[in-house]
Amino acid sequence: MTTFTSNPRKLEEVLGMQDSATSRRHFLKTSGFIVVSFSAAAVTGTGPFAAAAGSEGAGVQRAGPYPDPDFRQLDSWIVFHENNTATFYVGKTDCGQGTGTAFRQMMADELDIAYDSTSLVMGSTDVTPDQGGSGGSDAIQRDGWPMRRVAAEARRVLLELASERFGVPVEQLDVSEAVISLKSNTSRRVTYSELIKGQRFDVTLTGRDVNETTGVADVKPVQDLRIVGQSPMRYDIPPKVDGSLVWAVDVTLPGMVHARNIKPPVVGATLRNIDESSVRDLPGFIRVVHKGNYLAVVCEREEQAVNAARRLRVDWEKPAVAPFPTSEELFTYMRNAAPTSRSEPDAVGNLEAALERAAMVIEAEYDVPFQGHTAFGPAHGLADPSDGQMTIYSNDMKSYGMRTGVAEFLGMPRDRVRVVWMEGSQAYGRTAADDAGFEAAFLAKEIGRPVRVQWMRDEETAWDTKGPAFTFALRGGLDAQGNLIALDYNAQAADYNHVGYNEVETVLISQLIGTRLATPNSGRAATPSAMYAIPNQRTATQVVRLPMVWETPLRTGNLRDPSGPQVTFASESFIDELAAAANADPIEFRLNLLAGSTDDDSGFKRARSIAVIRAAADAYGWDTRPSPKSRGTGTVVTGRGIAYAFRSQTVVAEIAEVEVNRDTGHVWVKRLVCAHDCGLIINPEGLRGTIEGGMLHSLSRALHEEVQFDSEKVTSVDWRSHPSLTHADTPAAIDVVLVNGDPNPSRSDLPPYGAGETVCKPLIAAVANAIYDATGVRLRRVPFRDERVLAEIKAAAV
Amino acid sequence: MSNVTLNVNGTTHTVDAEPSTPLLYILRNDLGLRGPRFGCGLGQCGACTVIIDGMATRSCVTRISRVQGEITTLEGLVKDGTLDPVQQAWIDEQVPQCGFCQNGQIMTAKALLDKNPNPTDTEIREGMAGALCRCMTYYRVQAAIKRVAGGVVTGEPVAAKGGVE
Repeated sequence: MTTFTSNPRKLEEVLGMQDSATSRRHFLKTSGFIVVSFSAAAVTGTGPFAAAAGSEGAGVQRAGPYPDPDFRQLDSWIVFHENNTATFYVGKTDCGQGTGTAFRQMMADELDIAYDSTSLVMGSTDVTPDQGGSGGSDAIQRDGWPMRRVAAEARRVLLELASERFGVPVEQLDVSEAVISLKSNTSRRVTYSELIKGQRFDVTLTGRDVNETTGVADVKPVQDLRIVGQSPMRYDIPPKVDGSLVWAVDVTLPGMVHARNIKPPVVGATLRNIDESSVRDLPGFIRVVHKGNYLAVVCEREEQAVNAARRLRVDWEKPAVAPFPTSEELFTYMRNAAPTSRSEPDAVGNLEAALERAAMVIEAEYDVPFQGHTAFGPAHGLADPSDGQMTIYSNDMKSYGMRTGVAEFLGMPRDRVRVVWMEGSQAYGRTAADDAGFEAAFLAKEIGRPVRVQWMRDEETAWDTKGPAFTFALRGGLDAQGNLIALDYNAQAADYNHVGYNEVETVLISQLIGTRLATPNSGRAATPSAMYAIPNQRTATQVVRLPMVWETPLRTGNLRDPSGPQVTFASESFIDELAAAANADPIEFRLNLLAGSTDDDSGFKRARSIAVIRAAADAYGWDTRPSPKSRGTGTVVTGRGIAYAFRSQTVVAEIAEVEVNRDTGHVWVKRLVCAHDCGLIINPEGLRGTIEGGMLHSLSRALHEEVQFDSEKVTSVDWRSHPSLTHADTPAAIDVVLVNGDPNPSRSDLPPYGAGETVCKPLIAAVANAIYDATGVRLRRVPFRDERVLAEIKAAAV
Repeated sequence: MSNVTLNVNGTTHTVDAEPSTPLLYILRNDLGLRGPRFGCGLGQCGACTVIIDGMATRSCVTRISRVQGEITTLEGLVKDGTLDPVQQAWIDEQVPQCGFCQNGQIMTAKALLDKNPNPTDTEIREGMAGALCRCMTYYRVQAAIKRVAGGVVTGEPVAAKGGVE
């Protein structure tokens, strides 16, 4: 008999933190109000990468009930330690862009403590206030504000304490690096920890919701920020390169067993019979678990579970109707499908009349296939069911949603479920629908032991959430002078029943079990984001559905700017086509359209759009001329293309320089330039890394990525059948220009905007425009794989 | 099940497992090593890379019964508390985004540089092509390799860089 844990493990133990057990402390009263006290409920630590800080806090971790940390209590956010260091607790997760470092910078700056004297805990549902985890590129833009405000409030409270201690008004005090001193006599000083004496804040904050959390202190004006704007190295990188970091995949628990799923071999198939004798005698076999069409096998050891899942004999009954058209037939199917929703088109002027009188009318159709999240590390989760509670160790970017979803899914009280967020392979939206965590919890409850679920490669590549496929039809009218007077944009998005945020009804295990929504989610799709002055315009998007809505691997989720790369590919390719028809330089054509715009310019977005396009052109060394350039006679021809987009208030312009091999069709993007304006920058070096990665992710989508399927199943299931960008394709140069196009970049309230996704939007179009510049061939179908490019080149006799 | 002896990072281990078991699962689940990771189980992505007798080897498709030589994992690159210059270059260049693939990047680069201390750009691109990254950190990986080749790694000890934050 295997022994296993009788208590869920302490967070500190799992994360490799130091023991945080400590003795009970007394309240400290000052000025008639309690500012610091002992708080028994919260667990604290010094963070997984902390200095040898003595940590305070209760360290009393029971098997639930797990609290919802109160965002209106200062000690939910900030805990001081006796060595004058602080730990910050935030309800966010870091998808790998270094937002954790940025959070520490923002909070340390407001608190007036050295960055190196701080540590951070993120996204664990019972110790960090619920800020929703990550998503929407809002970590800095939205969630950074309450972090800054609570840190400013802590600083204010500490100054009040020092004021009382020294018997002087706050105005006569200086504070630097967690030490408060008298302005008149700097030898009279006191550290934050001497004021706090190992206790916890007992300060109530206000705010209708977590985003509005505030004390009474103001945040610093931008000019007074010292740590924000610097580039401290990311704290999470050293333990990631020396192997010391404990990732979600690394957690082991006594008695832990391993599970593997068995997916229907044909999409929509019904599970009819399981021949358990096919695996019963295998070493380590524990159980086959199934419910509805969900099926898994559980074994003592990991390799045993892999083996058993391969060997298990199962009878499946094919569905009566094919679940979807083949990937070859997809775009024809979408163009002819009846829309399930039809947004009221945005219309300006009189489109048809303008097209009627135009000197030239251009038409084009574009196609973008389904593209997968295709996480490098397939989905995984570990669930511990001990003592009637459930703890899930997960890299779910939205851990709070998983906690609520799992509680509902298992019928457990919410306060008996917690999710411990840990680092994992990031997939840019995939873990917002975190199937493996739900599956692990389900199996752990069934088996009564901690269960680790690990998806296999083919399972992940076939069955993860997908970015929706799009088809587009555009028409544009130019007058005799080459001015764009009419633009008609029509998009169809295969984005019906878009699944999102760990809702219990939409995770895959719910679908397979049959506990899903009665009515599928209605579809939606974003429209292009340019703010060009076009007097007559119509923009319309229709959502279409595939035959199978549930239990399908063609389920759409949020893939790094959910519709942006697709719609911007169409819109910014078409602007380039119009520029070429007008015999205009692609940048001048865009600048003219922006300069003439009278659109709402909140956040100076139009001015900043012009600024980033100019900055990109300058950095590239753009030669003003129409595309295509006159071709050379060699095998390899070169060209450059630009595209521009914004997301919320962040604006970007990107230029791609390509080499196209006319004999093979191979495209190499040799150089990328990005001019990027996201307002106030917290960590410039971290931002550069994010921009580089985001652009190359979209480059991979531009050149390689496509979900392929026959009428029964996804057939692109690994890195051979679903290729991705590699080292071999990497540009030789990437130039990032960080712009702040605000007319007054020194204004004290200059806000930061999100930077996680905007760069993904224009890149595919920039590459297509560069290929056109090099070859005169317009690629209107993503991805630009060698064989497709070669076919287009041959068809055009280039 | 049978006893299999493995030499990992300078220590000899005997494990009781099926001889056909992929080395990866033994390293992770029996020896508690975190560097090599499961990415594909097909030898296509590099997440599980270890170095065996100087060769970058995909441990997810290497049966333990076939392993003869000395195995080095990411953890084993740290010598006497000092990071390998390759690891240090990764910090200097701030290479990782999520970092999940970086075991494959670092171990592949280490084997490449041990064989060829001054690789050309083409040799780097070709030598690293099988180490995939979905955060697309390739540009910085290549910069870090060039940093090692150019001898500009700071080489500070782990305690100064990695242990304290």
